[in-house]
Amino acid sequence: MIGWMDHLVIAPIVVPMLAGAAMILAGDRRRRLVVGIGGVSLALIMALAIALLLRAQVPEVRIYRLGDWPTLFGIVLVTDRLSALMLVLTACLGLAAFLFSLAKWQRAGVYFHPLFQFQLMGLNGAFLTGDLFNLFVFFEVMLAASYGMALHGSGVARVRAGLHYLTINLVASLLFLVGVSVVYGIAGTLNMADLAARIPLVAVEDRGLVEAGLAVMGVAFLIKAAMWPLGFWLPGTYAAAAAPAAAILSILSKVGIYAILRVWLLLFGPEAGASAGFGADWLLVGGLLTIAFGGIAVLATQDLPRLAGASVLVSSGTLLAAIGTGQAAVTGGALYYLAGSVLAIGALFLLIELAERAREVGADVLAVTREAMGPGEEEEEAEAEETGVAIPGILAILGLSFMACALLLAGLPPLSGFLAKFAILSPLLGTAPAPIPTTTWLLMVALILSGLATLIAMARAGIAVFWVGQASRVPRVRVVELAPVLLLLALSGALTLGGGPALAYMQATADQLHAPGDYLRAVLGARAVLTGGTP
Amino acid sequence: MELILSLGIGVLTGSGVWLLLRPRTFQVIIGLCLLSYAVNLFIFSTGGLRTGAAAILQRGEAGTLANYADPLPQALTLTAIVISFATTALLLVVLLASRGLTGTDHVDGRERDR
Repeated sequence: MIGWMDHLVIAPIVVPMLAGAAMILAGDRRRRLVVGIGGVSLALIMALAIALLLRAQVPEVRIYRLGDWPTLFGIVLVTDRLSALMLVLTACLGLAAFLFSLAKWQRAGVYFHPLFQFQLMGLNGAFLTGDLFNLFVFFEVMLAASYGMALHGSGVARVRAGLHYLTINLVASLLFLVGVSVVYGIAGTLNMADLAARIPLVAVEDRGLVEAGLAVMGVAFLIKAAMWPLGFWLPGTYAAAAAPAAAILSILSKVGIYAILRVWLLLFGPEAGASAGFGADWLLVGGLLTIAFGGIAVLATQDLPRLAGASVLVSSGTLLAAIGTGQAAVTGGALYYLAGSVLAIGALFLLIELAERAREVGADVLAVTREAMGPGEEEEEAEAEETGVAIPGILAILGLSFMACALLLAGLPPLSGFLAKFAILSPLLGTAPAPIPTTTWLLMVALILSGLATLIAMARAGIAVFWVGQASRVPRVRVVELAPVLLLLALSGALTLGGGPALAYMQATADQLHAPGDYLRAVLGARAVLTGGTP
Repeated sequence: MELILSLGIGVLTGSGVWLLLRPRTFQVIIGLCLLSYAVNLFIFSTGGLRTGAAAILQRGEAGTLANYADPLPQALTLTAIVISFATTALLLVVLLASRGLTGTDHVDGRERDR
């Protein structure tokens, strides 16, 4: 009954796990071997993600029962359009960050590559699982690796930011646990689909308790997604992290968004009875406040890494507010925005490190880091490699890439950022009832103003780095560092050129999310098949 | 029984939150420990409370599902214990690194100006 193709669903979790374990066994000193394993693993993950995305084109949702346990006893992995999309985004960003780290960041500390693989494992697991507690476990895998990634390279700034990041995420995990246990105590299940089926049946006197439990869990997700006022940790942590680490960390905030999309739309969709739409206003208003805070933060920051961190806040806020409107058409636009912003912000984090090198600030930090790490022979090796190939006209390429990032993040034509904002705003106005609600106007104003703020801040930063700063030396950039940035930007370009099919896919994803009937039937129907088919 | 457990969880949570908001890293760690104990007890309590009951089979009774203690909260608690233990250990290392690099045990890495 289960073909080998069905087993592919678990492979995005198993491949990085095995690769990470093999890297630890190989030892951190045999760098060629470790990098080889990492390369193979990433190529496999990419191929798997694309295969799953192609399989997800059909409307049906596929599930994979771990250990072939009946659905409600075992854990299920679920692939639908949303999880396949997130897998592909993770793989793209992972590939870019991996390539980038090969230049020198992998030498800034120990065990970069195994941590990187475990990070991917946690991310993929979180996107695939169909069980709330399993989601918690994969969150922890992802976070445990991200603590190592955020601290990679050590140094005062990273340790200070890492301490805050760790503490806040530990508290968030505890909140997640409290929420999960309240839900289990009342509903008696942790399977998301089963929970969604039971929510309408919860007794009136217990309804408040279930909603409170899910709200506590939602706070944990929102801390990940950095909604105002839960997101003050984000710009500092991301700014302090090493460039490839920051690029991969930037998708962690999207995991929070993913969890909200998945759990909230599943449990509080239109079929949830009395609880339908619970918390929508909170998401909408919180998202608007996050956009406002992010916009101000973008304008207020002086250094590039914090600017990128602040633009993560803006994109989180945009997504939360768009999801909070609770319309399938808007969610479709939001998903397109999500894909574009993941790629653009990843590229920006990588690009910033290269651009900062022109200002010799980043170079100083790196030199200090190397000194702190200490191994003398490695330093010589690094120096020798640094005198290698230097690309001519590098400032022009970096400047153009920066401009592309600015256009993407500010949402100006002709790149995908503009299409995304248009796709969010157009259905809001098109389908709204005659008096358009105040929140819709606020969302429009917030989106446009935040785009303006991003544009001003990026233009200011670009002038400071690429025009005024030209008197300083030309940065030495290797092909392997520039290629990932160009790769991510090319993907953004592809997303723009293929805007029609991409938007159609996102819209289908959103429709699937807003009508969770398929999901429920796929997960719960499998139980009926199994109990009927086995003795 | 319920009262004692609730009070225990409440006191642990209250102390944990208070310690978490203190400015010294060690206090923060102890606060997180207390909070995680509270959460573990809380998860455990969702399986329902029974005193003096056997875990699986009662002596002299036929084994029915009604006599089982709910195993899932126990499994969840176990997972939560392992994870919070590991992350607390990691936090301790970061605390020491922070103390060594900044020369202070203030959570912000520097003393607040008085």
